[in-house]
Amino acid sequence: MDMTGLIVGGVALLAASAYGLVHRRRAGRVRAVPATADPVHPLLAELGVEQGEVTLLQFSSAFCAPCRTTRVVCAEVARTTPGVAHVEVDAESRLDAVRGLDIWKTPTVLIVDADGRIAGRAQGAPTRAQVLAAVAPLLPTPAEKNSA
Amino acid sequence: MTDPRGPRFAAALTALVMVAVLVTGSGWLALAQAVVFALTAAQPRLGPYGLVYRTLLASRLGPPAELEPLAPVRFAQAVGFVFAAVATLGYLLGSPLTGAIAASFALAAAFLNAVFGLCLGCELFLAYRRLTGRPLAARVPVS
Repeated sequence: MDMTGLIVGGVALLAASAYGLVHRRRAGRVRAVPATADPVHPLLAELGVEQGEVTLLQFSSAFCAPCRTTRVVCAEVARTTPGVAHVEVDAESRLDAVRGLDIWKTPTVLIVDADGRIAGRAQGAPTRAQVLAAVAPLLPTPAEKNSA
Repeated sequence: MTDPRGPRFAAALTALVMVAVLVTGSGWLALAQAVVFALTAAQPRLGPYGLVYRTLLASRLGPPAELEPLAPVRFAQAVGFVFAAVATLGYLLGSPLTGAIAASFALAAAFLNAVFGLCLGCELFLAYRRLTGRPLAARVPVS
């Protein structure tokens, strides 16, 4: 028996379990981004975000299984919810945008409102319900639609 | 493309082997795991744990619900190889603490993949790239 190995390995397993549990709890949770008076971020339009629609701006990378889950969820919400679009960006080929928009992990989904302001962000694969709950307050109500 | 349950099964076996390495302090067992990592990274179809999965388990489980690309699996195996190689050198060259720390990193990564389905490579790769890398040229078709 190797005591050093037992202790170091035990610490590693405890740390990994704690990380895994925290990660599982946080994955996909949409954090609201406080509204600011800053001008619309110029990188958004460059990445293909169009104003007038709520956009799910997803950053993905090749080494990333949850990115595929996220793609399916976001594409499905965009397809079934009028006024919502889904744009996916390959993080590796756009490191400038990754730095500019403060992206650290893939998948990250930025929720951009119709005015082009970032209203929320989620790290890890969100569920359909989490995405719908995040976009709902940003969509025009039926009354607003009729008056428009 | 591959059945994602294969790599997860391989991660579980890897975690068990790394526990055995840590308990026994055996550099030779660490070397065996390093060879498995290297083989799987070089040629995923020939990975020994994947072969075990396909011959013994796959037929009993039924077809997979989704397939995943092989590139991430190979990346993870290459990272695993580095840790297992350092562990091997540590144990065989008389620095068991180095061996134990490197083996523990491989154990933690395999454990997270097996139990939580969480790929540490995904978590850390972009942070690493954004700190060190310039933007890569986008891939273009050859022809």
